[in-house]
Amino acid sequence: MGKTAWNRKGTKAVGLAALTGLVAVSLLSGCGGGGKSGGGGKTAMPDTSKEGEVINFCVYQEVTKSFVNDYYPEVESVSDDEEYTYLKDGTKIHWFVYNSEEYQEKLDEHLKKQDSDDPDERIDIMDLEGDYMRKYLEAGVCIPMSEIGIQDSDIEKQYAYTKEAATLNGKVCGLSNEVAPGLFAYRRSIAKDVLGTDDPEKVQEAVSDWTKFDEVAAKMKDKGYYMLSGFADAYRVFSNNMSKPWVSDNQTVEIDPAIMDWIKMTKRYSDEGYNHKTINVFTEEWMKDQGPDGKVFGFFYSTWGINFTLVGNAGDEGFGDWAVCKGPQPFYWGASWFAAPKNMDHPEHVKDILLTLTCNKEIMKKMSIDRNTFVNNVDAMSEIAADPKTGSDFLNGQNHIALFNEVAQNINLKNLGIYDQGCTLDIIYSFSDYFLGNSTLDDAKAAFEKAIEERYPNLTEVVWPE
Amino acid sequence: MARISLARIRKRWKRRALEKRERKRKWRLGHQKRWGYFFTLPFFLVFLVFSCIPIVDTIRYSFYEYYTVGLMEVGPTFVGLDNYISILDAELLKYLWNTIVFWLGAFLPQLLVSLLLAAWLTDARLLIHGREFFKVVMYLPGVVMASAWSVLLFTLFADSGAVNQLLQSWGLILEPIHFFTTVAGIRFLVCMLLFLMNFGNSTLLLLASISGIPASQIESGFLDGCSYRQVFWYIILPRLRPVVGYIMITSLIAGLQLFDIPQILTNGKGNPGRVAMTLIMYLNRHLSNNNYGMSGALSVYLFLVSGVLCWIVYRLLDVDNQYYGKVPEARKIRPKRRLGGTKE
Repeated sequence: MGKTAWNRKGTKAVGLAALTGLVAVSLLSGCGGGGKSGGGGKTAMPDTSKEGEVINFCVYQEVTKSFVNDYYPEVESVSDDEEYTYLKDGTKIHWFVYNSEEYQEKLDEHLKKQDSDDPDERIDIMDLEGDYMRKYLEAGVCIPMSEIGIQDSDIEKQYAYTKEAATLNGKVCGLSNEVAPGLFAYRRSIAKDVLGTDDPEKVQEAVSDWTKFDEVAAKMKDKGYYMLSGFADAYRVFSNNMSKPWVSDNQTVEIDPAIMDWIKMTKRYSDEGYNHKTINVFTEEWMKDQGPDGKVFGFFYSTWGINFTLVGNAGDEGFGDWAVCKGPQPFYWGASWFAAPKNMDHPEHVKDILLTLTCNKEIMKKMSIDRNTFVNNVDAMSEIAADPKTGSDFLNGQNHIALFNEVAQNINLKNLGIYDQGCTLDIIYSFSDYFLGNSTLDDAKAAFEKAIEERYPNLTEVVWPE
Repeated sequence: MARISLARIRKRWKRRALEKRERKRKWRLGHQKRWGYFFTLPFFLVFLVFSCIPIVDTIRYSFYEYYTVGLMEVGPTFVGLDNYISILDAELLKYLWNTIVFWLGAFLPQLLVSLLLAAWLTDARLLIHGREFFKVVMYLPGVVMASAWSVLLFTLFADSGAVNQLLQSWGLILEPIHFFTTVAGIRFLVCMLLFLMNFGNSTLLLLASISGIPASQIESGFLDGCSYRQVFWYIILPRLRPVVGYIMITSLIAGLQLFDIPQILTNGKGNPGRVAMTLIMYLNRHLSNNNYGMSGALSVYLFLVSGVLCWIVYRLLDVDNQYYGKVPEARKIRPKRRLGGTKE
């Protein structure tokens, strides 16, 4: 009897404890749902005086990890699963690699822990893509580089636009390792057939401004070719040359005349049959257009695009049939920046890594030659460009580095903002019906307004030029 | 005072003994009941944490302006019914209509084909061999993930894809059909995929239901000189009514939640002209910036519509039970008696 009574009490106690525990947890999780996002208004300051054991590094591409592992001289060894990199002084780097689609979401989760007292919970350095870098900068998540000891004199050899783009209140908050100037990559065989020459300088002369570009497009059509593949092909060329950011006052989207020019041009190209009507870049049809059976003359592509994506899409048959020229306007496409979030606890290490990856001319030059990347160092790239041995087999020996170098110094990225990624996505998709001839210009404008309001509820007005 | 008689004492003892036994019985039952609570506790806790609290929060936030832009959080600010009104302005009815179009385009062929197949497979005179094999084959398309299907469709129905090439080489069309950029094209693809993925399931349900019809009824129909068509229309079909109703309502509720197929096929945009934007895709757009207010309001609308549909389902199932006689009453009575024991 006594035993049963005990049992009964025990059960009751366990049950009660479980109940209270879970209710408490559930209440907490209920609050968590609406919790503050990273870098928000919390004022509780963690103890940042002590350094943790690991340097937490968030990246969205494996290549960043390999740059550190292969070129940072302080690296001692790398763990078998490549999750950790051990440095000579005993510190280790913990890598958090996420794919581009989920990167921002994961990064935000990490940033929420930035107020934690445990230094190993907080991230120390992160990768930010150009389309959303400003979102983090302007939220006050990143600390100025001067705070970790990187002075303006250290970074004077970096391309100006990379510094401009990452400047907040006059202070550089992000450093870029790679530069992504864009060029117009074209097929030599089609150039010969239509323009009578495949010489990059003569082709450049033929497409040096948009009027001439249109004239060539008409000739392409007459011979059964397309000038461009689709609607988004020229988008970056126009959007990088906007005179103001998409949004200046957190309320109104002001459509730049450059964007209207892109809309007009794309509509004309679609109606005239100058393009192959692919909806967006990186769609299946778009990549097919770069393949051996493609009838498209050229693509606006940046460094990584020409050195890797185009080479892959063109295949063996297209190898050597391509060349590059500057095209009508300078532009860039898709570079990334390193930034240090506030409350990071390894300023010395992060400083050293960044100085190596973004300022050390010798190491960067080696990186560029080994990996075929365009590094963010004017001196290193100018030396490579001037080297008579420089040339790309894929481009039939053309020295594309010299052209990239020229463009990179003329890029203007003063107008980046926190709404770039959403505006870019929405304008391309909202206008695709219009380009296809399925809707009117006003419908397309309304579709964009609707899409942008869903994405950013605070943007209540869209102002169109004219 | 009054004399206490032996009989009275005996009576009192007896009563006390009875009361004691009753107490004991009650205690035992109560004890069992406590164990019952204990064992059902995990379900209720999980339900509370993962369903109940989020549902209450969803409804609460639907009255607030609450979203994030970049890393900046706006709200929560109480705005009353603003979200409900602005979501109605924002073409909610259009997306509801899109959803209904997809449902009709997929459900009607699904029902007809399922009925036909079920009738064939159960027809004793057709003597179809390998029925089990066909049942599996019909069910297979539903096993494949919608995303896998979509990848296949992207390749097959691209402007330069296999379907267009085939049609062109047969001389049926001159220009490729733009399946992904025209209203009819995208509707056709979504409906076709929905149909393919669901008809196996409904065929199996109908098969089971037809098998449940007593053979004697069908046979007596034939003996009375009915043609097969008459047997189907006047004997089989009326008895399938509850199942057809069940399939219809469950597919309508599933249709309301249609998301994966059009989302992947249109890259989340619902283009052209948002004709492929379903209610849940629209919800998803609001969730991309953690807009708890607007998505909460939309969820409440969806909840109401689904609630009405569920009520209809219960009504239909009730009809089903009555059809087969006294079963529901027996079911109702028995638990009552059991409960009676625990009551006074």
